[in-house]
Amino acid sequence: MTLLLQDDGVAPHGGGDASSLLEPTSGRRGDSAFKAVALIAGLAVLAILGLIAYSTTKEAWPAFKQEGLGFITSTTWIPAENKFGALAFIYGTVLSSLIALVLAVPVSLGIALYANEAAPRRLRKPVVYVMDLLAAIPSVVYGLWGIIVLAPAIQPVYKAISGAVGDIPVLGWFFNGESGRSYMTAGIILAIMITPIITSLSREVIATVPPAQREAAYGMGATRWEMIRAAVLPWSRGGIVGSVMLGLGRAMGETIAVALVIGSQAKITTHLFDAGDSMAAVIVNQFGEASGTHRAALIGLGVVLFGVTIIVNVSARSIVSRFDRRSQGA
Amino acid sequence: MTDLLSPDVERLLLDATTSRSRRVKNRLASIWMIGALLVALVPLTLVIGYVLFKGIGQLSLAWFTEDLPTITRKAGGGMGPAIVGTLLITFVAALMAIPLGILGAIYLHEYGGKGRTARLIRFMADVMTGVPSIVMGLFIYTVWTLTFGLNGFGGSLALGCLMLPIIIRTTEEMLRLVPDELRQASYALGNRKWRTIVTVVLPAAFGGITSGVMIAIARAAGETAPLVFTIGAARNLNMNIFQGPMTALSVQIFGNAQTPFEAAQARAWGAALTLVGIVFAMTILARVVSSRVARRHSA
Repeated sequence: MTLLLQDDGVAPHGGGDASSLLEPTSGRRGDSAFKAVALIAGLAVLAILGLIAYSTTKEAWPAFKQEGLGFITSTTWIPAENKFGALAFIYGTVLSSLIALVLAVPVSLGIALYANEAAPRRLRKPVVYVMDLLAAIPSVVYGLWGIIVLAPAIQPVYKAISGAVGDIPVLGWFFNGESGRSYMTAGIILAIMITPIITSLSREVIATVPPAQREAAYGMGATRWEMIRAAVLPWSRGGIVGSVMLGLGRAMGETIAVALVIGSQAKITTHLFDAGDSMAAVIVNQFGEASGTHRAALIGLGVVLFGVTIIVNVSARSIVSRFDRRSQGA
Repeated sequence: MTDLLSPDVERLLLDATTSRSRRVKNRLASIWMIGALLVALVPLTLVIGYVLFKGIGQLSLAWFTEDLPTITRKAGGGMGPAIVGTLLITFVAALMAIPLGILGAIYLHEYGGKGRTARLIRFMADVMTGVPSIVMGLFIYTVWTLTFGLNGFGGSLALGCLMLPIIIRTTEEMLRLVPDELRQASYALGNRKWRTIVTVVLPAAFGGITSGVMIAIARAAGETAPLVFTIGAARNLNMNIFQGPMTALSVQIFGNAQTPFEAAQARAWGAALTLVGIVFAMTILARVVSSRVARRHSA
């Protein structure tokens, strides 16, 4: 069959278009029309991404023009005085996402390793199932639980911790403040939300470790932990880094849950138990009553958020896809 | 190894052949892994427990049929418009995203293969899954709501954009599972490529595609941020998604969660239970479909 195939380079499938040899002209049109429609559908992805960048930037332009670089370097955000500096919100987005990563990565990796390496075979599927359920709960439901249950319940804990270590240098810089709705609460909710994502992505990566590597490690008398360190982790390091970055991207863009529990105060502080604000939360909280430059500035926050998440995602995806190629080549 | 030996034998071997510090480290690692799972179970149990116990009292016939109360802080009324809104907006979004996504996946796998265009689209679809939903909402606000006003269709557009990349990527994975022999057999019968795809490849991948599509729909149904800017806030039932504001369960949860009033918070829990019910039903259905497909493949 391949001998009969001609012209258009690589046929994606061994089968190829042999029927066209039987009737060289008739019915061709149907085929190329179908291909064109499919291609247009595929190109829609590129068109939408381009259009997002263009139309949001266009609407945000008045704010960008007025503030210049100050939009991302100034901390003064006072809509009533027409001042829009978003640094405090950028800081809040980064800080809450970092807290989420610190909490979620050890847990996610532990579950991924457990599901792939340590759990008894009959437990592996249920573990995956539970993580799927955790991922399926809408973020607004986590937000609801966070604002009504978690924030009031955890406030005394914050108070106790900051009372105990608040005066000690270094520890006191971070573990200070006593607001139930705070960076820390936002970080905890985000951690719950990104744990299933990091878990399932890194589980897929860990599953690509060739069995021969594991057996070799065991064959040399390694314990399970030594096998994991010698065979599993080195092999999957790139993919794990990629999946952690995808989790980071998700955390930075998460809106509703954070808006409910972060406390909504534009403030740059190292105190984790203080109220703060994040880009996405500000957009959703202020958009309703915004107009003119204020609205443009909020859309501008969206542009910044879009840019940052695109950068994070592109780098994460390139790491993961480089990793994919290697494991397919092996 | 763990699967070849029973745990008891494994432990005996380990004790006999390894030093104490290595055994301790191994034990600590196991504790970490199991501990991580238990830690993840805590919020899952708590959230589902709260939603269930606080939400169940709200459910009644009126809950599903009546309009929202005009005074938020008082009890009474129902969630009808929001339930209809969530279902309708998500349904229309799916109507747009499913054909586009499946066609896109067909291009990627059946035509594009490893070509440059296909690689670019594939990469960008992956990147698009990472675009925050709030950005998608702002985008639709700028291209739709500014011109046509607040209506349900704006929400559908935003949710459709969120579903599209997920559908493309999962469908492509499913097309990859269709054996080439099926395509070749169809060509051998004189079928053209497009007929082969429509009558042979797609039916063969149907189960897997359905499951992927349902996961995407379930994700979209729970989204809030893209709806806040686009669909407005209605109290009454509005079945026309092209005209006038609507509301949705997620938006109602968000709004009511922020109030200090007990009746409003109770409504938020009720809406949360309704939404989680819809989303879980779709997720579990997707699981059942995909495991049935997997069984057929392995058989």
